Parts: sequence; C-alpha cells; structure tokens
Amino acid sequence: MTTSLEKPDVRPVPEGHVRLTIDGEEVDAPKGELIIRSCERLGIIIPRFCDHPLLAPAGACRQCLVEVEMGGRPMPKPQASCTMTVADGMVVKTQHSSPVAQKAQEGVMELLLINHPLDCPICDKGGECPLQNQAMSTGRTDSRFVDEKRTFPKPLAISTQVLLDRERCVLCQRCTRFSEQIAGDPFIDLLERGALQQIGVAQDKPFQSYFSGNTIQICPVGALTSAAYRFRSRPFDLVSTPSVCEHCACGSAMRTDTRRGVVLRRLAGNDPEVNEEWIPDKSRFAFRYLTSAGRITRPMVRGSDGALTETSWTDALRVAAEGLLAAREGGIGVLAGGRLTVEDAYAYAKFARLAAGTNDIDSRARPHSAEELDFLGAHVVGNGPERLSYTRLEAAPAVLCVALEPEEEAPVVFLRLRKAAQKRRQKVFHLGQWTTPAVLRTAVELGSTEPAARDGLIRAVPGAEAAVLTELADVAPHVVEALTGGGVILVGERAAEVPGLFTAAARLAERTGAVIGWVPRRAGERGAVEAGALPTLLPGGRPVADAAARAEVEQAWGLPAGTLPATPGRSTAEMLAAAAAGELAALVVGGVDPFDLPDPAVALEALRNVGFLVSLELHTSAVTELADVVLPVAPDAQRSGSYLNWEGRRVRFGPALDASGVLPDCRVLDTLAVEMDVDLFTQTPAAAANELERLGRHVGVAPPAPSVDPAEPLRPRFFGQAVLATWRQLLDESSLAVDEPALAGTARPAQLRCNPATAQRLGLVAGAPGTVRTERGTITLPVVFADLPDGVVWLPANSPGSQVRGTLGVGHGDLVGVSA
Amino acid sequence: MTNSDRSGLDTSTPDPITPVLTRRWLSPRAWDIDVYEQLEGYAALRYALTGHPDQLIELVKASGLRGRGGAGFPTGMKWGFIPQGPTGAGAKPKYLVVNADEGEPGTCKDIPTMMADPHSLIEGCIITCYAIRANFCAIYIRGEALHPLRRVRYAVEQAYAKGYLGRDILGSGFDLDIVVHAGAGAYICGEETALLDSLEGRRGQPRLKPPFPATSGLYASPTVVNNVETIASVPAIVQGGSSWFRTMGQEKSPGPKIYSLSGHVTRPGQYEAPMGTTLRALLELAGGMKDGIPLKFWTPGGSSTPLFTAEHLDVPLDFEGAATAGSMLGTTALQIFNETVSVPWAVMKWTEFYKHESCGKCTPCREGTYWLLQILERMLHKQGTPADIETLLDVCDNVLGRAFCALGDGATSPITSGIKYFRQEFLDLCTAQPSGGVDTAAHDQLPELTGASA
Repeated sequence: MTTSLEKPDVRPVPEGHVRLTIDGEEVDAPKGELIIRSCERLGIIIPRFCDHPLLAPAGACRQCLVEVEMGGRPMPKPQASCTMTVADGMVVKTQHSSPVAQKAQEGVMELLLINHPLDCPICDKGGECPLQNQAMSTGRTDSRFVDEKRTFPKPLAISTQVLLDRERCVLCQRCTRFSEQIAGDPFIDLLERGALQQIGVAQDKPFQSYFSGNTIQICPVGALTSAAYRFRSRPFDLVSTPSVCEHCACGSAMRTDTRRGVVLRRLAGNDPEVNEEWIPDKSRFAFRYLTSAGRITRPMVRGSDGALTETSWTDALRVAAEGLLAAREGGIGVLAGGRLTVEDAYAYAKFARLAAGTNDIDSRARPHSAEELDFLGAHVVGNGPERLSYTRLEAAPAVLCVALEPEEEAPVVFLRLRKAAQKRRQKVFHLGQWTTPAVLRTAVELGSTEPAARDGLIRAVPGAEAAVLTELADVAPHVVEALTGGGVILVGERAAEVPGLFTAAARLAERTGAVIGWVPRRAGERGAVEAGALPTLLPGGRPVADAAARAEVEQAWGLPAGTLPATPGRSTAEMLAAAAAGELAALVVGGVDPFDLPDPAVALEALRNVGFLVSLELHTSAVTELADVVLPVAPDAQRSGSYLNWEGRRVRFGPALDASGVLPDCRVLDTLAVEMDVDLFTQTPAAAANELERLGRHVGVAPPAPSVDPAEPLRPRFFGQAVLATWRQLLDESSLAVDEPALAGTARPAQLRCNPATAQRLGLVAGAPGTVRTERGTITLPVVFADLPDGVVWLPANSPGSQVRGTLGVGHGDLVGVSA
Repeated sequence: MTNSDRSGLDTSTPDPITPVLTRRWLSPRAWDIDVYEQLEGYAALRYALTGHPDQLIELVKASGLRGRGGAGFPTGMKWGFIPQGPTGAGAKPKYLVVNADEGEPGTCKDIPTMMADPHSLIEGCIITCYAIRANFCAIYIRGEALHPLRRVRYAVEQAYAKGYLGRDILGSGFDLDIVVHAGAGAYICGEETALLDSLEGRRGQPRLKPPFPATSGLYASPTVVNNVETIASVPAIVQGGSSWFRTMGQEKSPGPKIYSLSGHVTRPGQYEAPMGTTLRALLELAGGMKDGIPLKFWTPGGSSTPLFTAEHLDVPLDFEGAATAGSMLGTTALQIFNETVSVPWAVMKWTEFYKHESCGKCTPCREGTYWLLQILERMLHKQGTPADIETLLDVCDNVLGRAFCALGDGATSPITSGIKYFRQEFLDLCTAQPSGGVDTAAHDQLPELTGASA
C-alpha cells in the first residue's frame, strides 16, 4: 500500500507519452495515438464508420466529431477524432460532455440515414449493424427527412460471391481502402460523385480478389453481402464459436456461426499475432464440404460381392483390426495425409509404431524427398514462434521466398509481407519463374512499381532453383546483402520437388545469418512433424535412429526397451511403390488424395494391389473407392483439437457443432488399436495432446542438416518441348472447397503461361488455346504471356481443366510437349 | 474595363483606379510574347534572377500579398514554409502548382487574366519557382476553359522559345519546366489537395491535412499551391517593390485586386481596384444598376460567400472588411441581383450547383446538399412549410464546420444568409401553399419567380 502525499497531477508523463484531458478525465496517451483510440482505452466509445484500426485514417464519414481545445483555446470546428492525434495539454470533449459534439454527431447520423433504406428487417446486417446500433445510441429519435431517397438497382454482383446494395452504402470507403491498402488489389473503387457516388467495379473486371470477403465483414452497413449467406439467417439466431482455419498452414483465428446444427458462415477472428483481422476467401467461404453429398457418416465394409456396405462401428472396427493383424507380418504402411490436427497426427504416429509395429508412416501426401526429412529434422522440428513468427517476419528488413507463392499457398503470410513492404519498406524477394501478382504487390512502391517488382523476382528455370541459390552471391548480390543481418528465408513445401533446394536454402541462411522458416501449404503438415508422423522422426522431434531418443519414447509409452523399430521407415512414395509391387500387406490411409501424390498412377496401382486397405475419411474419394474398410472421421466443426501453424504456434479450437455420432481420427485409431490389443490412450484429443506434451521435445543431438547437391535441370531437347513450372492456385479443385460455386467464381482462371519468344517457337498464340502433353494425357488452356524464362511453360497444378499430376503424371521441372 | 494609358510602373502613390494587374489587357495582342516584352514584360524576371531566392521570399512577405484564391493566406509565408536545405524534406524536389481551376459561380477573374495576359502568369511562375527553388511547375486549368488553356499553352511554348523556360534560364543556371494541365470538370478540384490528387491522376477528392502541401504536396514533395491572380501579382511586386505595393489597398490586405462584376449592372466585367474598395465605388465604374432597377442582394466573393444586401454598399471589400460585415472576400466575384430576383430561387440554383459538385467524400456535404436542394425545390414548388425553414437552417448548421473541406461550408452560405436577410420571402412561399394539398401547378409557376431573365 502506498501513502503518497503527491497530488496525482504531478505524476510525470511517461516517456513518449502526452497528457490530455478527455471528458474531464486526465489521461496519458502514447504520442501519435488517435483521439478515438485514447477514448476507447477510457471506455468512451465515439460512434464511427470509416475508422478502422488497421486502415489508414480517412476522416470521410465525419461521425466521430468531438470538440477539441488546444492551449486553452477551443478549435473553431468540431474535429474528427479518427484523424486527429493526441497532444500535450489537449482537452477533448466527446458527445458525453459537449453539446456541440453531441449535436454534430446527431446531425451526421441524420444525414447518413436520409438516403439509407429502412430495410433492416430484411438486411443481412440487421442485428449486428454498426449503423443500426449507432443510430440507436447516438442518433436523433426521429428524422426530419420527408423527401425522396436516392435509390439504385440492387443488388449489384461485383463478383460471384460479393453483392453490393448501393443504396445501403454510407461511402465510408472501408472496402476500397482495404482493397488498396491491405490486399493491394483494388478491383473496387469509388465511381461518380456527390450523392451519386458509389462503390463499383470496372467493366468486365469483377472483384476477383482472394481477400474480398474481408470487405463484407468490415462493411459497417449491409451494403456488401455474401452471395452464399445472403438472406440465410439473422445474426441473433446464430451461435458463434471461435475456430481456426483448416485450409492452410497460416493458423488464422476465425469465428464459426451456426444455426440449428448447420454452419452458416465463417468470419475472421482477431488475432493480432497471426492474421490480425483478415482471412482469405477460402478460409471464409469454403465450408460446405461439411454437408456435401460425398460426406461419409457411417462405417463401411467391402462385402464378398465387392461392394461397400454400411455397417456398425463394432463390425467395421473388427474387420479392420482382423485385416491389419493378418497383414502385420507382411507390413502395414500408414499414409497420414497433411490435414491432421496435432492430436490426430500423434495418434497416427503412435498407431504406426505400436499397432503396426513400423516406422512406415508419412504425412506428406504430396511430392516429397529424403532431403526434406533431413531439413525438417534439422531446421524445423522443435521451433516455435519465439524463433520465427509473423511479427518477426514483418520486422525483417528482407525476406526471400523459395518455392513458395505466398498469395496462393499461404495468403496470411502474403498479407504480412505486403504490409511490411508497404509500411516498413521491407524488401521481399521471390525465387520463382514469373512476376506473379504477389511479386508485384510485395514490391516496395516508389512511384512506378514495375522496376521494383522486377528486382523482387529472382528468375530460375524450374529445377535450377537450387543452383541459383547456391550462386546467389554472383547472380543477385543485392539479395544476399539484404538478407545479411536479420533477413528471413521462407521455404515452401514445393522445395521437395527440386533436389538440393532445401540444402541450398539452409546454407544460404547460414551464410547470411538469415532465419529460415518452412511454410507448408496444408494445415496439418507442421503439427505432423512435431507429432512424429514421419518415417524418420518420433514424437517431439526425436530421431528414429537415435537410441536414446527411442528409449525416451519407449519409457513414456510404457514399452519394454527395444520395442520401437530402430530403422527409419519408408516415405509415402516408397510405401506406395512397395505396395504396388506387393511388398506391403496393408495400408492405413487418412485423408489422402492420390492425385496430390508425385505419381497418381503408381498410387492408384498401389491402392489396388495392396492386400488390405483401411481408409479414414470425411468424403468418398479414390481411396474409399478401393478400401476394404472405410471409417468416417469428424470434421473440425464437430470436434476439438489444435494445429501447429507454420510458425510452430499452437492454435486450438473447440467443436462448433454437436459432436455426437462422429469421432475424430485419434478416437477411431484408439479404438481400432484396442481391437488389435494395443492401447494408444488417444481416446480424446485432450488425452492425445496431454501425452504429447508430457513427452516433451528432443534434447539430444540434432539430426544432420540436409546435404544434397543441386541437380542439373532438364532442358528441352526436341522441337516442341518445354520445361514445366507449376504450383497450385489458392482457389482450385481442392477437396475442401467443394460445393462452393460462389467462391469458385472468384478463382483465377486456369491459363497456360510462357514468354512471347517461347510461344512463338512453340507455335502458341496469346488468347488461343495451347496444349501441354505427355504420354499420359493432355491439358489445353488459353495461352497468356508472362515473363517466364525461355523454354518454360507454367500451368496451375490443380485447377479446372488442369490437373497436372493426375492428367500428365509429371511435375515442376519435368519436360513436356507443347503445341497450339 | 479600365483603360489607363500608363506605360509603366512608378513608385508614387497610384491613382485608386490605376491598373496594375490589368494594365496590358487592352493592348492589342497583349497575349503575345513580343507585345508583352514591349510592355516591360519579363523585366521583373531578369531583375529577380539577380537576387537570392530568399530575398524574393522576404520581398513578397514584406509586400503583404495575400492569396487571391479566396482564403487570403499570406503568400510569402506560404513560400517560407517550403523546407529548404540538402537534407530531409528540403532535399526533395519542390513544386509550384498554379490553381487555375476557376469554377465558383460568379468567379471570372483568372480566365480573363489567362486570356489577356498569360505571360504575366508565366513570369510570375518563373519568379516564384526561383524563389522556392522548384524546377517544375504545373498550371491546372479548368477543363471547360478551353480558350485560356490554348492561350496559356501557346504562351508557355513562346516562353520556351525565348529561353524564359527550359534549361539555364537567361543564363542564370536556373531550370524550369511548366506543364499546363486541363482538369476534367470538377469543382472540387479547385480545393488544393483535391487538385493535387487530380494532377497525380487520382480521383479528385480532398486529402487529409496534415500533412500540408508545403511539406507533402504533389508526389508527396514540398509544394506551393497558389491562385493565378496571386502569381500574376508577383512580377509587379518585384518591379515596384513591397512599399509601392503597400501604397495600394489596406494595411492588412494590401495591393490591387480584380473585382468581377456580373448580373444586373450596366457594364458587367473586370474592374481592378485597390483592396478595400466598396460596391458603391465599383457600381460607379460599372455604370450603376442595369436599367436603374434597385439593388436587392449581392455576393462579395462568389456563391460560397454569404450574401450582402443594399445595406452593405459601403463595406470595404478586403479580407477584414468583408469578414467584419459577416461575409468573406472570397474571389471578389460580385454577383449583383436587382429587385426582380427571388432570393429563394437564387439560393435554390446555387444549392443545385453544390449538390451537383459535391465530391461525395464526406457525409455532411454529400447528404446535406442532397437534402437541402430537395427542401428548396419543394419550397419553390410551394410545397414548403415554415418548419422547412428551420430544417434548412439546422441542416446547414450540421454541415457548416462538419464537412471534410470548405466546399460543404460554402454550400451553406447562400442558404443561411439568404434566410437571414430575406426570411419573409421564404415564408411567403409557404403561405402561398394551398391548404392540405399539393399544388399541381407548381412547376408552371417557376419561371415567373425567376425574373432573372430581365
């Protein structure tokens, strides 16, 4: 207890702060703080529309007017508290203590309402509408407006998923400012002027932004609505649950709104450390996979007639256990997929080691390499946000993206990079093939963006990325210089497609002192590494080959010493090859799409040839088609769990919907193991998480760093040949984006890209169709010119009409035939 | 028009109506560079280039020249705000932007200046740029003003040909380029920050201040934005000196000024007079009220300045005098209306203009002008009520000082001042309202009210 005799007003003003008076209360505020924010901290809420803490001040709506005195002199006009910063000795009077401010706010509110329709009862925003709320709290009780309201034809579809009701718009410009300042793709802008001013899009240029859904969420009125949600529900009928995005490795905080057992919409949550308040449209709009026709809700067993029939859990688990027990001798492989929660990945890891008695487990349902395993063991596992976080990423003076197209593969990372480039002049470099929209928009804008963007792209022929990185000091010395001293290198999962690239990136980080981070595409990838769902790593990053590490796990799992297999397991590709050759008796497959795998043909053959196939799935798929036993698992909305995002940050979620009748993977595996006379103790996600936590992290010698020399890239040898560059677009044929036509309508069109010289040599014409072929098949897409290296063509990896691996059986860096 | 035969400036106290800014206007082909040079053109520039830029800024400060675009900000002080020096903001390029987006109803002084004497503007630009150390100047001319645009472009071409523009001007080592830019017909682009955005190729809407143009104007660089008449006054100050300049006009508003008389006067046009002249004096020059019909009301400086009436004939028309009498000097555009004109009708027409020209950025101006016009139109159709008058005043109160820029404030001026002096006319429209119904003949009666066709 203190008994200071000092008066409070002689308290020194803290460093970097000013002291001002708000509504008679003295308050210290950091220099540069906006008055409206200082008021918020005092609990004084000033009504506002255009103000948004993550957007630059605009001062457009004039709703937040307050009276301000400076140096004892009142300013002649009320001031917009959202644009004016605090100053020492300032006296602020809000609507609570100033009749002038109160009248000004009431006046502006009345003006805003004269042209606003009174359609709240049918408006999506009604019930959660800032205009509605603030009109009630600060507006006049009546309107004096008796004349004609301005009307527009409605709604205007500015894209397939965003609808605009212009007469509801209060022209706060939050949406246009978001598009310009945050997403950097201003497809929408103000048109006309005066009372006819309106938001709009250019002719034939719809609002094709990956981030357009955020504008719906920050719209303070019902002017922007979601085509998928419009007229579906009232806010007060919804039950909201905090959730986490399952679509990518960004770990975005979200909110899931449900009504009577159905998810109706999802919104961005506010996690300043991760996604701030923004999420990409895929996170927001792709959730109807929960109710799609292919959803499996009952266990199924293949009968003697060869057809799958629904059965009881007891029966299905018995059949599965018997089949697996019989196959144990011949070997069981576990393909865990990349979308698992940490808890599920741990259950798969434990299932493989205990029930299947093998290290043949791999969560990488995509092109992968042994080099990657070394990289994950040496540079990724065990690291958390304390080493490399969004905050650290934003603060870095320079960032190099390797085999990572951030906007397509990690959109929230992209937003951070763009923010840093805009606000901190961060230099963002991309090792890639062409100046993508992300390259352009993460370039520091100094007048013309073009030259800066060119500097941001380090162009490499597909397959030559590792060689370019190795010789970066000669190829692009400015990049090496920029990375030295606090730089960050982000490596995408696609680095596994280029031999030597993980090695080259790790060595570059070593040379420059840059921090290296791994940004996979799927939500479960990072957690699977930590949980031990890899052939070379046990839970906690313990190397399989390390006897002491094995002993720790054995002890924790209560196993006799020497129980755990000591030899590293086989990778996904190796398991599939073995299964195809009849060298593996059974496969347990959790959420794997064969067409994501390096060679879908081999994968399908393996699934057909393997003696016994158990599939844990949400939806019918190419795997369930061939499975002997299909066990349905719970989607995220109906379970609890957590992901590790690319930072290594644990993001947890609870069930948003009633979870009775559906079981998470960890529970299914636990029960299956019991049928096989093994206890996993992963009945619930919480149990699995607790056990993984108790295991702790590996403290022994770190596994060796990857060491693979760059390979010679393939070069076109014959007329009509080209090297293929490919990666996935954010909105494509991914299985979790099914049944979302509105979302699919905003996908970037599938196009074949090459430079004009290559096009001429290959006989391609811009705008006309071009065909890429291998002996497996052909893909024909319209040709578009881009600044790719000579002799290279680019295709989207999994877009409508362009399933590269499925159709062509090749990938990034392979040779393909190209013709008109 | 004045038609003095003075061939040059002297430093003695000038006759009250001896022209300075308009002295070349009546010379044949005054817009041609040869004629301009014969009439002492570009002499001030030669003199200015011999001095230090700071001396020029001091000279203009000492002259007391105030901005002629309406706000009356001291010009020398504005120039002095431009950061100089090799580091920080001073190291950035500096720009002069001339606001020639003359679009205020009634205002018509810059367009004749550019038509009759474009080189005085260009000479002023060169001297100003030399003073603020700018090597680039943009003249933003209202897009509809096609003839002045052509004339200024031609004049710039001539100035380049004669070495007044371009590299190493007159051997001084000073470089300057002038670009003449045509606006696209938006009143808001006369607001200096909207003008800058428009000049940069963006949507013309006012910018948030601070930062002010002096530190972050065109392309985020230090920028002076001055009106045509302000810049055109500079050569005269350089030639005549600051004390000579101060012999004209008032202590706080010195110098000569072009007063634009329009409406019901015998000889409408441009009248140059020292600051602080009165309408009575100007009417004498203009031959009095047209057809002897008595004066009813007038604007001292364009439609954004509150109305004056016949009571205000002797108000000194300088910044202080107009403000003291409850209005503003504005652009000294005197729109003069005789007794045949209905005040509510005139106010409605002005409001129509503001509603049409509101840029839409802020709520009070966008929605306020939309609403005010509907009320006024309704009143003119005899469907108003006395309560509407109170609503008009209260909406004006909610717009004035609440809008983002001064356009909103200006839109309220005709309404509040019109009601202040002529409330009965508004009330008369209400009493003419047939009880309990809509006057279907309202539209037909409109023309009779106008009277302005006289």
